[in-house]
Amino acid sequence: MSVNRLLRVGTVAVASLGVLALSACGSDPEPTGSSSPSGSDSASTGGAECPEGTLNAEGSSAQKNAIEEVIAKYNEKCADVTVNYNPTGSGAGIKQFNASQVDFAGSDSALKTEAKDGGEAEAAAAAKRCQNNPAVNLPMVIGPVALAYNLDGVDKLVLDGPTAAKIFQGTVKTWNAPEIAKLNPGVNLPSAPIAVFFRSDESGTTENFTKYLEAAGGGAWKGEPAKKWSGTGAGKEKSAGVAEGVKSTKNSITYVEWSYAVDNKLGVAQIDTGAGPVPLTAESAGKALAAAKPAGTGSDLALKLDYATKAAGAYPIILVTYEIACTKGLPAEKTALVKSFLSYFASTEGQGSLTELNYAPLPEEIRTKVDAAIQAIS
Amino acid sequence: MSSTDGTAPPTAPPDGPRDEKLELGPVGHLGDRLFAGMARGSGVLVVAIVAFVGIFLLALAIPALANNESSFLFSRIWEPGANPPQFGIAALFYTTVISSIIAMAIAVPIAVGVALFTTYYAPKRLAAPVAHAIDLLAAVPSIIYGLWGILFFAPILRPVIDGLGSALGWIPLFQKSVTDNVGVVFTASVVLAIMILPVVTAISREIFAQTPVAHREGALALGSTRWEMIRMAVLPYGRSGVVSASMLGLGRALGETVAVLIILSVPNGNDPWTSSIFAGGETFASKIANNAAEFDSPDKTGAYIAAGLVLFVVTFLVNSAARLIVARSGPGGKRPRRIKRIGDKPQSEGATL
Amino acid sequence: MTTTLAANRPAYDGKTLDLTGKSGARAFRNTLASVLITLCFLIALIPLVWILWTVISKGYGLLLDGGWWSESQRGVTVRREGGGAYHAIMGTLIMALITAVIAVPIAILGAIYLVEYGRGTKAARVVSFMIDILTGVPSIVAALFVYAVWITVFGFNRVGFAVSLSLVLLMLPVVLRSTEEMLKLVPDELREASYALGVPKWKTILKVVVPTAFGGIITGVMLGLARVMGETAPLLILVGYSKNINLNPFEGFMGALPTMINQDRTELALQPAADRVWAAALTLILLVLLLNILARLVARFSKVNSK
Repeated sequence: MSVNRLLRVGTVAVASLGVLALSACGSDPEPTGSSSPSGSDSASTGGAECPEGTLNAEGSSAQKNAIEEVIAKYNEKCADVTVNYNPTGSGAGIKQFNASQVDFAGSDSALKTEAKDGGEAEAAAAAKRCQNNPAVNLPMVIGPVALAYNLDGVDKLVLDGPTAAKIFQGTVKTWNAPEIAKLNPGVNLPSAPIAVFFRSDESGTTENFTKYLEAAGGGAWKGEPAKKWSGTGAGKEKSAGVAEGVKSTKNSITYVEWSYAVDNKLGVAQIDTGAGPVPLTAESAGKALAAAKPAGTGSDLALKLDYATKAAGAYPIILVTYEIACTKGLPAEKTALVKSFLSYFASTEGQGSLTELNYAPLPEEIRTKVDAAIQAIS
Repeated sequence: MSSTDGTAPPTAPPDGPRDEKLELGPVGHLGDRLFAGMARGSGVLVVAIVAFVGIFLLALAIPALANNESSFLFSRIWEPGANPPQFGIAALFYTTVISSIIAMAIAVPIAVGVALFTTYYAPKRLAAPVAHAIDLLAAVPSIIYGLWGILFFAPILRPVIDGLGSALGWIPLFQKSVTDNVGVVFTASVVLAIMILPVVTAISREIFAQTPVAHREGALALGSTRWEMIRMAVLPYGRSGVVSASMLGLGRALGETVAVLIILSVPNGNDPWTSSIFAGGETFASKIANNAAEFDSPDKTGAYIAAGLVLFVVTFLVNSAARLIVARSGPGGKRPRRIKRIGDKPQSEGATL
Repeated sequence: MTTTLAANRPAYDGKTLDLTGKSGARAFRNTLASVLITLCFLIALIPLVWILWTVISKGYGLLLDGGWWSESQRGVTVRREGGGAYHAIMGTLIMALITAVIAVPIAILGAIYLVEYGRGTKAARVVSFMIDILTGVPSIVAALFVYAVWITVFGFNRVGFAVSLSLVLLMLPVVLRSTEEMLKLVPDELREASYALGVPKWKTILKVVVPTAFGGIITGVMLGLARVMGETAPLLILVGYSKNINLNPFEGFMGALPTMINQDRTELALQPAADRVWAAALTLILLVLLLNILARLVARFSKVNSK
């Protein structure tokens, strides 16, 4: 008898869980801005036709917000394509791409053509994954890196390459050091020690920023450019961690993607490249990119950035994140999906949506090249 | 208890004599053998799983360890991606252990107090809801502790850390960090203490509640105050239980991942290493989780797996110690139940063994 | 006042009892202990109330919205409001369900072995010790182990099923221990009565022992589920997070509540993301709480068995 009652209670318990699970048959939310089906026949879209299917991608967390926005916009047009982007990091993205686990990868650096540790070079492994066709590095998102600071009463802070390198190396330790004071005449700098925050996880942002410090630091930066931080400071996990660290700690500074600095309402330092202080804007970052030279040949669009640029009005610390895709060799239906989505990403419409997220759009000259490279995928 | 367990069944196969005694039919034999096999198989599976965990981790760690250019146990460098790879666990080990020990030092006295409160102080009507309320702490997922810890709790703790650091800063253990006082080991420890509180409380409570009525009433009959009764009857009776509960809590704290990952700042590789609890650090678990995205070469993966293996061994030792303490000193909690079982039903061993 | 009284009396040495009545010092000590112990309890309440208040006050808003329970986050970015946690709730439930399907039979059979077949044997003591070890395995180690087997050795993809496998390691000892305790509580008279009727042992276990302990076993299962549902570490290592609904644990990325929190916590500065973090946290706590409450209900109804 008591057993029966127990069975009943147990059944009720299990059933109620089941009800909870199945009561609502899940669905996707209605796109918010879908009242007028605007884009489908506008000419600005790159790939107008919409295939069906699922596209999995993985990689750089620096482009997470950009690609999520673009996916959302893309889905307003092509509702039958599911695009998953897992922002686990550039290294993981390339690894999963080369292991055929994802259809394209996001990375903060182009595929390396030289092998390290006696292993296979990334580019060679990627070519193997593409059925012996080269993989292409498509620069897609420009994320300016901000020097974000938290200083009471200082609204405008100017730094230059050598000073930034000294701060992040730990050789300049206080805010009122002569190096900083010289760049900021008339600014009341505190005598407090500088609290530096860095990314404790391996990150493309760190790699690009240390490349800048090496190129523009005038020898003050001692470490090699790498994904792993080699300067001073306290490490925080991911961009959110360093931004939160600066937000909650007075007299602190960090390097972080621009959007995090803006979202957390942190001060952003202007960079004096030798041609006067340059504030961080979409245009100033775009100018620096226009000065970049192609590193590869032919249709490979990997860029070599000039971090030590002295071009007037160019903000030098930028991060170019790439999409890495096969030029050939994917199954036809995947090729159609990759082409359709990436074309949209590289279209003026796709790129245009990035400005409000504090990324910089691709300069038109590079955008057309990228678009051509995508159309060449077969 | 272990001595009697060891000597009780000297007969070789435990199934043999009983089957004869029970006179089961042939169908029963087959079903019995199948079922016994399945049950035994599950037992073997449990053993196999634990062995596999150890073996697999070891197997994948060994190649990386062989390539390692640093002393794995004593080096504080962690550069598994370098060529040649260099990594050692000394710093990870220190932070893991010190943070957990501080957590224990904070949590155990409070947990004992809470357990005593629910068993002997709270009004009968209140005791159960109060106990459940504390158990609720165990229902909060660790990622929420981490978020709450860094966003809401760390700022409140900051003046405490500043004050302690100023007062005791001459001791290396309490040396104040110049700049960062949010993501420090101490903050993580306090959050860990909150997280292990329900574990330690629940076990202590159970054991305190099992103090034989005769002991308690004896003490009271002799004119003890409530506190004297607890000091003389309840606490000695529950001591080993509390110790083993603390060890289990320690085991939890050692392996806690996400909360620690969110809270702790990571020291840079250039500054001299500090033993201070008012500085950042990394534990085994937080290091592994923070770098999981970059397991891109066998050496790197192997290095983290090796660190995981050490964590496994450490928790293994701590948990074994907890069991040993219980087994050696005879737990307050288990003895009476056992005596009752044997005393009440002398036949039971023959029937169920 | 009390201190002057204490000075007149010989110090209490903790061994011999002063039975001359409750002296001032002893009464003071007693009161002090009561105050301290009550204080301990109040201190323990602070984080509990604080955390719950934080999560509830920040998270309840979205939960009242119907879309939260029935929609995914597809097409919803951190800057936009809307969408729900359906994909994550389903992911969490599916992974938990698979975990239970694998772990519960092994746990129950293992407990049956310990109580009914192996009691007192050396082998049972080894098994019992290993269960203790398994109890202490940190979730990150369980996750690394499955990573080592599933991905490094077999080369499979990261999927929800791999998470379930690692959760099995965490759930198994919880369920096994509680089941063992429950089986031990089943009076031997029941077993003996069954044997006396000529019922074979395996049938006795299945038809008499296990049903008698059923309530307790269910309680253990639910507590085990509650423990694994809030785990984050295995999800970080073993499966990608997807904003879309994916109900297939063997293919593709899968959402789950802890990883949903983990994704959006990187954008806490943005209100829509922050709202979702706390709402997902509250949802997760409610799920775990629901299991705990169900476990207690079942336990209460099963009181009959534990005498």
